[in-house]
Amino acid sequence: MRFALPLGLALAVVSSAPALAAVGDQMPLKHVEWSFEGPLGTFNRADLQHGFQVYKEVCSACHSLNRVAFHTLSEEGGPGFTDPQMKAIAAAYKIPAGPNDKGETVDDKGQPLMRSGIPSDYFPAPFANEDAARAANGGALPPDLSIIVKARPGGPDYVYSIISGFGQKPPPGFKVTEGKYYNPYFIGWNIAMPPPLTDNQVTFADGAPAKIEDEAKAVVTFLSWTSEPHLEDRHRMGLGVMVFLIVLSGLLYFSYRRVWKDAH
Amino acid sequence: MSGPSTYVPQTDLTRWLDSRLPILRLAHDTIWTFPTPRNLNFWYAFGAILTFCLGVQIVTGIVLAMHYVPNAGMAFDSVENIMRDVNYGWLLRYVHSNGASMFFLAVYVHMFRGLYYGSFKAPREMLWILGVIIYLLMVVTAFMGYVLPWGQMSFWAATVITNLFTSLDQVIPHLGSVIATWLWGDFAVGDATLNRFFSLHYLLPFVIAAVVGLHIWALHVPGNNNPLGIDVKGPQDSLPFHPYYTAKDAFYTGLFAILFAVLVFYLPEFVGNPDNNIPANPLVTPTDIVPEWYLLPFYAMLRSVPQKLIGVLVLVGSLLTLAFIPWLDWSPVRSNRFRPLMKQLFWVFVVDCIVLGYCGSQSVDAVRFGMPMVVVARVATAYYFAFFWLIMPILGLIETPKPLPDSIAKSVLGTSAAPAE
Repeated sequence: MRFALPLGLALAVVSSAPALAAVGDQMPLKHVEWSFEGPLGTFNRADLQHGFQVYKEVCSACHSLNRVAFHTLSEEGGPGFTDPQMKAIAAAYKIPAGPNDKGETVDDKGQPLMRSGIPSDYFPAPFANEDAARAANGGALPPDLSIIVKARPGGPDYVYSIISGFGQKPPPGFKVTEGKYYNPYFIGWNIAMPPPLTDNQVTFADGAPAKIEDEAKAVVTFLSWTSEPHLEDRHRMGLGVMVFLIVLSGLLYFSYRRVWKDAH
Repeated sequence: MSGPSTYVPQTDLTRWLDSRLPILRLAHDTIWTFPTPRNLNFWYAFGAILTFCLGVQIVTGIVLAMHYVPNAGMAFDSVENIMRDVNYGWLLRYVHSNGASMFFLAVYVHMFRGLYYGSFKAPREMLWILGVIIYLLMVVTAFMGYVLPWGQMSFWAATVITNLFTSLDQVIPHLGSVIATWLWGDFAVGDATLNRFFSLHYLLPFVIAAVVGLHIWALHVPGNNNPLGIDVKGPQDSLPFHPYYTAKDAFYTGLFAILFAVLVFYLPEFVGNPDNNIPANPLVTPTDIVPEWYLLPFYAMLRSVPQKLIGVLVLVGSLLTLAFIPWLDWSPVRSNRFRPLMKQLFWVFVVDCIVLGYCGSQSVDAVRFGMPMVVVARVATAYYFAFFWLIMPILGLIETPKPLPDSIAKSVLGTSAAPAE
């Protein structure tokens, strides 16, 4: 009964998203059955690898992934690339190099020295700084995607709904702001991000279907992993901890009953 | 109740120690033989559970502090580093952040239990007041801890709460602003604020531990209250703390740990706010600034008053009122089991607190179930204060309690049973 207090309050917070009632109110999110939901959930490896490809070929044009290091791509619980694959992915990125042995930071043409990425590097950002990002995106700042899934109410469903939620007809009377796009899952409906995905925009090496929904599901799975890279570890350890605590509590119960047997 | 010591040292070493530092005698008298009413139920396990919570918070907190950087430019990154790169950092952080919620869940059960069974009444007033002090220290500590990850909600919660002091400007011009500036160490919430909050967040749990020591000391003088609310009248009414209550508390702590683990391993972000996964940005105010769930009822009371200073006074009053309860409830009967009217109004009060929490979670202008939430919050705030300042004293005068049982032993073992032992 008294456990209802925090639970009720927490539910109240979660369920407080308003229903579609007025202009600009968020439409109820699309729900996807995510492989990583539930107490035993794990990331779908194919989705993670496809999702990485979608991020690399589409999202990374505008969005950084500052907190993700290349070496994590081949670590347990992640996309499951092999070490050579991961090193090749890293090497394909150009990273600003430190001063060379003459102390120079620019080459003969005055360009900053660059080097190939190594596993300990992080994904380089598409823009040099916030102002550059805004200037290239009509004043809007494309957010870093490292923990985007945990940073939005609705989590993976929200990100999925946003990126697959374009192309709907605005309700009559609603005027889309100049330079913005209509997206009913975005509060206010005017989003600065152009529709990022089209069918078959990405060609998956294994020939998997690449409709907007597939691409969106894959990249949201990938971004859920970047948000919570130790989720599989957590679920696995959780199972062990639960079994241990239930057995322990069982033993504690029997010792409690035994101790009290002569008292009542 | 903690009568003469029955400790007898058994070895040369313990005899030597006992005549110099009788610490084993203290442990023996307070943990082993301490006479405890034999009828304590589930709700009395939360004292042990709270000790467990404090221990968990201190241990995880000390390790987290080894990796955390209290700097406005680096705090958020250091927390993400803990989540990603520190071995089992995610576990430490999720145990610590959810541990705060579990701590408050336990303390609220503990407080409502004390309220229900009249554990605050003579001769346990000091015990209750020390409990209120612990609770206030917990609130301050949790608030400062919430600021440390330096996410959007951290920053804006710190801004909103510290700005409450500026309401004092209405009493003496500039007084509040001067206090706020002094608290911030700057002219706004910033790096200096974060640093001092970290320092205090590390200090206060040890202050809490010290007051917990006093709380337990104050408990061990009159002894435990119990669900019947009647005094222990002899050895037949009590059991030694060990093994009876060590075994019982251990079992319920195990159950509590299961709930704790569900939160940590399966719903680690359930009580959190998504906005706190966005780095603090003084230029962007979140749409709704909400505190953690355990402070929502007080937040609702604060917001239900349109005038800022009075709102702050209501907030402070709602907390300070708790310290006066021992002198507001005049009924000689402790346990609500024997107070038919108080029992019902107590449950109304519990619901009232939940309603306040719900109101606090909604935006100020929200209308839910056809009711403007701010009006609901006002009514609920009125009941909160009325419960303590009107209902308690009045019921003490007009209520006819049910007859009290003769003794704990008779009530537990049946009227025909001979005293045990």
